[in-house]
Amino acid sequence: MAGLIINIGKFKLKNPVMMASGTFGYAEEFKDFIDLRKIGAVVTKTITLKPRQGNLMPRTCETPQGMLNSIGLENPGIESFIRDKLPILKKIRVPLIVSIASEGNAQEFIALARRLDKFKEVAAVELNISCPNIKINRSPSHQATRPQNQKLIAQDPRATYNLVRAARKNTKKVLITKLTPNVTDIVEIARAAKEAGSDAVSLINTLNAMSIDVDTRKSKIAAITAGLSGPAIRPVAIRMVWEVYRKVKIPIVGIGGIVDTHSALEFFIAGASAIAVGTGNFINPKASIEIIDGIKKYLIRNKIRSIKNIVGSLKI
Amino acid sequence: MFQAKAKVIKNIAVTQKCYKIVLLCHALSKGAQPGQFLMVKVDNGSEVLLRRPFGIHAANGRSAEILYEVVGRGTEILTRKKPGEYLDIIGPLGKGFSILDPRSSILVAGGIGVAPLLFLAEEIVARLPVCRTGRDGQAGQSRKVTSKPLVLIGAKTKKQILCEKEFKKSGCEVEISTDDGSKGFKGKVSELLKRELSTVNCQQSAIYACGPKPMLQEIGRIAKKYKIPAQISLEEHMACGIGACLGCVVKTKQGLKRVCKEGPVFSAEEIIW
Ligand SMILES: Cc1cc2nc3c(=O)[nH]c(=O)nc-3n(C[C@H](O)[C@H](O)[C@H](O)COP(=O)(O)OP(=O)(O)OC[C@H]3O[C@@H](n4cnc5c(N)ncnc54)[C@H](O)[C@@H]3O)c2cc1C
Ligand SMILES: Cc1cc2nc3c(=O)[nH]c(=O)nc-3n(C[C@H](O)[C@H](O)[C@H](O)COP(=O)(O)O)c2cc1C
Repeated sequence: MAGLIINIGKFKLKNPVMMASGTFGYAEEFKDFIDLRKIGAVVTKTITLKPRQGNLMPRTCETPQGMLNSIGLENPGIESFIRDKLPILKKIRVPLIVSIASEGNAQEFIALARRLDKFKEVAAVELNISCPNIKINRSPSHQATRPQNQKLIAQDPRATYNLVRAARKNTKKVLITKLTPNVTDIVEIARAAKEAGSDAVSLINTLNAMSIDVDTRKSKIAAITAGLSGPAIRPVAIRMVWEVYRKVKIPIVGIGGIVDTHSALEFFIAGASAIAVGTGNFINPKASIEIIDGIKKYLIRNKIRSIKNIVGSLKI
Repeated sequence: MFQAKAKVIKNIAVTQKCYKIVLLCHALSKGAQPGQFLMVKVDNGSEVLLRRPFGIHAANGRSAEILYEVVGRGTEILTRKKPGEYLDIIGPLGKGFSILDPRSSILVAGGIGVAPLLFLAEEIVARLPVCRTGRDGQAGQSRKVTSKPLVLIGAKTKKQILCEKEFKKSGCEVEISTDDGSKGFKGKVSELLKRELSTVNCQQSAIYACGPKPMLQEIGRIAKKYKIPAQISLEEHMACGIGACLGCVVKTKQGLKRVCKEGPVFSAEEIIW
């Protein structure tokens, strides 16, 4: 087992397989299918300060080798999360990463990070500065963190730096920053997150996308555009992991279209220290457990002592 | 809830566009409630990725049946499954119907909406004490006529009527409506429901319905007018089927609810249309 242990900052994981935010609910939804304690870590659905209703239906549709989603960060808000979900998660004793977001408001991120700081069962906080499915709030107080002509914090290195830095100053928890692939240069964003004190980056959130029903000439998603996930985005994600791995010294959580051991291994070889299963959970709720077993077998078969030894081992 | 491999026993066309697949799987069949559904992986992921939701058409503790209409790629792939093949299935999922008063049930099915209602009808009939001996219809003389569930089946045309025989066999009274009048009442099944309610004393009735959204909305209105409880089975696009992705919500008086978890069966008066 020792061969699977990894560290993200001071957070020690028994294995490098996590569950991606928004695809694993609050973990208990999966308890009938897998032994939750075998999982490296669970990232919760993104939590905001106030409850959010999310977007109109339809919110999902299938696309070639992938799916679109525009949930709109539906969540009960931090207080209700702490009251109703956290005790259950604590009881399950699954290593927990809480994903947080706001509509570009640094103060809200800070409030969220602070609120979570005292809960021992929260091992780390993931800053979701990359959700494509929330409306933009352009009130003047938000301009410090979100430049006017841009949509997401994670699309601007300065905004990323400022936000991560503010969060860093306000929490002792391990900080993971989740980045968007909808940028020209992922390296400069990852670098900003690192310089601001993030312990790791999660790569990638969904790609901006769209799909049309030609009979009705309507978008298949009520919010018109949505986020693409699943195997379709895997090559993009792997390329981004590789680019960041080469240029920025920071642990990477590789995400995007991981459905089995093979696809997980690609990410490690490209430079990810850990991986997270997203859409793959919907296709096969046991995917994560099969991946953990598969990685073990791969290491044994290839006489590799530790998963760390294949991180970034791409031959060039 | 289980994830299990189910063996295909039979997969046959029942109308031009509808098929019935019989699956051998104790885990999925045992404990299944009418109105619950299964998430079926229709192929290994090369053609379609996500599972497809289907109501449980029948379950006897050993096998389970699905009645499905071919509408796209996933259901088309399903028609090609041969006896002996295995399907990866998750279930039974969601909250099904709660049988309120078995003495005067009215089941309303629109199109493929009959699928979960046959299972429900069989459960309702099985709970009628007098029916335990008379399931074949003949020995049912001792049964009061009013105790038989009334099933209203709506279809576009005569050719698309589903399960008429099966409902009768399980001890239900059946009325048909077709949009073109090729059989039974001419018009929508909700109109047929109105007609039925106006002729009987329906104060002790309970309505159970499954079908297209506009039909369910109309049934909600009718039920409200006659002050009888109505449970409706909703459909929404689903990705996970187990309450994790929040892709299939519906607006209710108590806020948003997940069709896959708190549903698919809801009390009609709960829904904000
Ligand atoms: C709880 C539940 C129970 C269901 N029970 C049955 C059943 O017993 N028998 C049956 O034939 N069908 C049932 N359906 C609908 C069935 O899931 C869809 O018809 C099926 O997923 C279509 O897959 P496809 O790949 O063939 O079509 P696609 O190519 O995916 O789509 C074809 C058409 O079907 C629509 N569709 C796709 N997915 C869904 C969905 N989840 N719900 C509603 N419409 C959808 C699309 O909008 C499109 O118009 C149920 C749906 C739900 C949510
Ligand atoms: C239905 C759905 C909901 C999601 N919700 C969130 C979310 O709340 N927060 C977040 O950071 N990412 C969210 N994501 C993005 C995933 O965590 C992941 O980054 C993305 O889907 C790519 O991975 P995948 O291809 O393995 O799914 C969501 C994805 C899906 C499919």
